[in-house]
Amino acid sequence: MSAATSAASARSALTTVFDPSGYEVDAAQRRILRWTIYIGYAALIAGVFHGLAQALSYGNIDILRYFPGLRGYYQGLTAHGVANVLIFTFAFANGFLPLLTARALSRPLNNALLYGSFASLLLGNLLVIYAVVSNQANVLYTSYSPLQAHWTYYVGLAFVVISTWLAAFNMFAMLAGWRKDHAGERIPLLAHISVASYAMWVLASLPITFLFLRYLIPWSFGLIDKVDPLLNRTLFWFTGHAIVYAWLLPAYVSWYALIPKQVGGKMLSDTFARITFIMFLLLSIPTGFHHQYTDPGIPAAMKVVHLVLTFGVFFPSLATAFSVMASLEIGGRRNGGRGLVGWFLKLPWGDPSVTAQLLAMITFVLGGVTGLINASFTMNQVIHNTTWVPGHFHLTVGSAVALTFVGIAYWLIPYLSGRALWSRGVALASSWIYTIGLLIFARGMISGGLAGMPRRIFRAQASYTMEAWELSGMLTAIGGFLMFVGIMLFFLVIGMTIFAGKKGEQPKDIPISETLAPAPRTGFAPKLDRFGLWVLAAIVLIVIAYGPFFLTYTPRFVSPGFRLF
Amino acid sequence: MKVHTYEKAFLTVGALLLVGCLGALFYASSARGIHLPGHDAHIDPALVRQTPPFDQPGVHQTGPNSYDAVIIGSAWSFTPTEIRVPVGAEITFVATSTDVLHGLMIPGTRVNVMLIPGQVTRTTYTFREPGEYQMLCHEYCGLGHHIMAGKVIVE
Repeated sequence: MSAATSAASARSALTTVFDPSGYEVDAAQRRILRWTIYIGYAALIAGVFHGLAQALSYGNIDILRYFPGLRGYYQGLTAHGVANVLIFTFAFANGFLPLLTARALSRPLNNALLYGSFASLLLGNLLVIYAVVSNQANVLYTSYSPLQAHWTYYVGLAFVVISTWLAAFNMFAMLAGWRKDHAGERIPLLAHISVASYAMWVLASLPITFLFLRYLIPWSFGLIDKVDPLLNRTLFWFTGHAIVYAWLLPAYVSWYALIPKQVGGKMLSDTFARITFIMFLLLSIPTGFHHQYTDPGIPAAMKVVHLVLTFGVFFPSLATAFSVMASLEIGGRRNGGRGLVGWFLKLPWGDPSVTAQLLAMITFVLGGVTGLINASFTMNQVIHNTTWVPGHFHLTVGSAVALTFVGIAYWLIPYLSGRALWSRGVALASSWIYTIGLLIFARGMISGGLAGMPRRIFRAQASYTMEAWELSGMLTAIGGFLMFVGIMLFFLVIGMTIFAGKKGEQPKDIPISETLAPAPRTGFAPKLDRFGLWVLAAIVLIVIAYGPFFLTYTPRFVSPGFRLF
Repeated sequence: MKVHTYEKAFLTVGALLLVGCLGALFYASSARGIHLPGHDAHIDPALVRQTPPFDQPGVHQTGPNSYDAVIIGSAWSFTPTEIRVPVGAEITFVATSTDVLHGLMIPGTRVNVMLIPGQVTRTTYTFREPGEYQMLCHEYCGLGHHIMAGKVIVE
């Protein structure tokens, strides 16, 4: 180790973001992580073709008949949702978060858990693909009973969840091992926020696991005759709001701990970053009733409790906005930016990895605002189940998450594959075209939703329409087409990088930022590392928010399965 | 823990904004009478058409200026497909589903509820403008979801 790098290591140790030994994850393990992410890409490619067809349908253009092997709109809509938000996001997180944790702690991954996670994800995918392609699972990704899919659909999704648990346990095991060897030390920040992200998800995944194992899977096998649709819906949203944070938090990890380094800045505050992730662990889960404001059978007072907590979970995102913007400003000013906004223009906009993530952050502001509107039960009665909702979540999972994962891929795939990024120009164009498309698309969907255009309809064949929807539908189609072009350019870049990128010219390490000040060893801050305590606190909040419902609710198993597709 | 002055200011203003929005919400719901559907009644989805009030779907007067609009959702139509209600009257929609999840939405109003098998949904609305309103199913209910629609004629 040269003098310069050891000096840098000593500084890093001081700031406690990652273990300073310069650890490199084993090549065989990196290959498995890379293939885990490729499974996500395979799903995303399939998913975005359907997305294109659906966006065009809102502009009254029907291209479905040209899709080989597709038998209906809702089959494609199921494929779009499952592939994009269930497979792509978790496949990426399964590859990304364990890698960061291993690097931050300088410890190898457990091979059994690593291969197990990969195999489980692959098997889950094959089962789901069979169910959807054979036209036996047109239930959309929300899987609401009593529409009943083939058992392979539910079992396949269960294996996808198991793959996330195995990835999470791998991270927990590394952390436990590290703690044994480093008694009394602060957990390196990068490991802390990565582990917090998946710890939240493991906790959040329990209700949907119960739903699948106790009800949907036995029901799809014919072992039980009837289910309770309201109970099923409630269990789905018990997990279903926190799941969006499971997609978002890996993006936040990049914004907090990696992007500052990429723009030449530093993280503002170690403690604030940890507080933010702990707040997500606490508040992501007890908020699900805001998806069920218009449901019968749930007392309105319980919905109001979730409303308040939903507004609460907006707070850590506000803190993130400040912290991330401050670290960007540090970078922009170091690059010579002056004045109130000059620093913003001096950010490295020529770096496709940075640009994709900056655009993700900007569009996410609109995603956050529209989210607050969803959570406001007065407005919710106008926009619930209208195209407003997909307008909103394409600004969150479709940009904050997807564009950030695109930006990360621009260093991660070269890093993992040992090949330099192919064509910086095409990579930059991809993100810009996608973003412009997204803004037009979201404008269309949001305005259509305000005018009562329902979501999840095959509009090109619908028996009704309204004049106010015409422009909205057109904008949705145009924007969706541009998003499709943008994401295809992304796949061109990734494909060319894998097959034709220059060997050996890849980034040699993960870009990890330092913090302005080291992590405090006394006072409140070290308590943030006690995950057991925070998980316990999260469970208490969940019991407060969901306890009254489950204690007073009598399940009514009244619905046999329906296959109306 | 030392918190930067700007950060403190930003988070304080942000928190106040959130609290202010919550206050506005509670004000709107109490002052304007905007309520969410809550717990109402149970029903066996297989026996909906024999169970009151769904054995007589349609509009029934319940008071001097109030009416119940009893509506059944089933794949892929509403029963009745068209209802007529007087302008300015308090209309209580009473609805349920005989099979899968459905929705009931009237664009341009805040009538927007879920129909869930086993549960009775109830929501109240007063139409101020006469005219023809669409009544749409807004929850995916299978192959014919996009043809599940009816009409509300306000006169």
